[in-house]
Amino acid sequence: MASPATASPEDGIRLDGLTKSFRSPQGLVHAVRGIDVSIHRGETVALLGPNGAGKSTTIDMLLGLLPPDAGSVSLFNHTPRQAVDAGLIGAMLQSGELIQYLSVRELLMMMAAIYPAPLGVDEVLEQTGLQAIAGRRTQKLSGGETQRVRFALAIVSNPDLLVLDEPTVAMDVESRHEFWDSMRAFAARGKTVVFATHYLEEADQNADRVVLMARGQIVADGPPTEIKGRVGSRTIRATLPDADPGELAALAGVASADRRGEAVVLVCSDSDQAIRALLERFPAARDIEIAGAGLEDAFLALTADPDADAPDPAPAP
Amino acid sequence: MTSLVYIRYELLRALRNRRFFFVSLGLPLIFYFVIASPNRHVHNYDNSGISLPLYYMVGLTAFGTMVAMISTGTRIAAERQAGWTRQLRITPLSTRAYFRAKVLVAYMMSGLTIVLLGLAGSSLGVSLPAGQWLAMVGLILVALLPFAALGIMLGHLLTVDSIGPATGGGASLLAFLGGTWFPLGSHGFLFQLGRLLPSYWLVQAAHTGLTGHDWPARGWITIAAWSALLVAGALYAFRRDTQKV
Repeated sequence: MASPATASPEDGIRLDGLTKSFRSPQGLVHAVRGIDVSIHRGETVALLGPNGAGKSTTIDMLLGLLPPDAGSVSLFNHTPRQAVDAGLIGAMLQSGELIQYLSVRELLMMMAAIYPAPLGVDEVLEQTGLQAIAGRRTQKLSGGETQRVRFALAIVSNPDLLVLDEPTVAMDVESRHEFWDSMRAFAARGKTVVFATHYLEEADQNADRVVLMARGQIVADGPPTEIKGRVGSRTIRATLPDADPGELAALAGVASADRRGEAVVLVCSDSDQAIRALLERFPAARDIEIAGAGLEDAFLALTADPDADAPDPAPAP
Repeated sequence: MTSLVYIRYELLRALRNRRFFFVSLGLPLIFYFVIASPNRHVHNYDNSGISLPLYYMVGLTAFGTMVAMISTGTRIAAERQAGWTRQLRITPLSTRAYFRAKVLVAYMMSGLTIVLLGLAGSSLGVSLPAGQWLAMVGLILVALLPFAALGIMLGHLLTVDSIGPATGGGASLLAFLGGTWFPLGSHGFLFQLGRLLPSYWLVQAAHTGLTGHDWPARGWITIAAWSALLVAGALYAFRRDTQKV
């Protein structure tokens, strides 16, 4: 845990022993299996995990949309319902469209009117880069624009806690960039932010802390650098018959090393550093490949079912 | 108290929906002039005791306002499908306030239909003392209560694709059986069936124009019973719907 020790977690967000199962045609699905998370006021936390890890179910319970089978949620010493009624929560759910027959500005005015102390609509339009389309009807927006409006709706109430469930799904690369800039600007006002994503990069670049989920459980919880170090950012493959994996794993920038016949596979936390160290220490290395896609592979390796795979953090070839 | 700003934008949304406008306002007006204009001098229409322009003024008002009230369901179904109702559950807007805004807007749209058909009726010679106008409008507003509940119920039971035909067909059938298109007389199967329906009493509000009396006890009981039944149905449909994720 890398939370600041100054603030008390009672004042922030606490999930205690949250558990949820669903009935499905295939039998009982254990979506969330008893998770505990404490988040301090002002922290930005990413819930990172592959699809089906239980992120959305956790978020639905956090927001009070779904009653947990067991466990409890405390949001700034309130139940979710109390916090929602007090206007403390803003959320962008995973799926959702906008209601029709209103312009972007009108929709924001309408929603702001529900809350006790909303932000100014013009301020929100500016912060989310929506001024240019403020007069446009909601049914005429592109997918990315719709997501930006949904983000604007989540912050117009000036919430203390902002919850985002896979917010960038419908966005292109540029929109993503702008989106996260807006999110960080909002978080910089001292707000608490919890967002779910299945992109390691998004978690790494935008969160103070990453909670890694898989199969309904928390498998890692720490600052992004630590999580990134554990899952590695790239892999290096090289033919190197005689090297000792233990020695390779100790190289600078290498998170773990694995031997596959004549070849070695290095999962790196910093591949630039790793390749220099590798060539310096083992000049005989040849057929060298550096794979960027290894990031997702490494991530999957860490979150894969331990019953099905060897407990080896290296990616599958 | 639901914020007035919120209700204002709900109303604006309803006013901007042209298709809805056509069915709840345009269609009744067109039918009214087509039917009543050539027959404006029929003073005792089909032995109903009231003039043809008055009869159809209220008959088509009944149709238009029924559509306006049931259309709440169309909006609710669309908002459910869009995930908007779920979004609203994480705002301080209470369920009660959400429905209150919806019903209020439906009543405002109905008010528009009542005013326009009233003006159309006046243009064809319908003339009533102010007190009787008020009594008639009052009865219409009361008789619309079960339809407000019906709209909410259908909105939570049906999908966007099925609700259009259901509300259009339902309103047309109820209007037909209630006597929008011709008086049901005072005996026979259609009369016996009709007076069990809320739409019949909606149309019967026209008779206050003649007699100055409101409904007989049977009318009040019928409207109260349908209101109770459909409010219970709406609550059931709402609870069933929101228990799903």
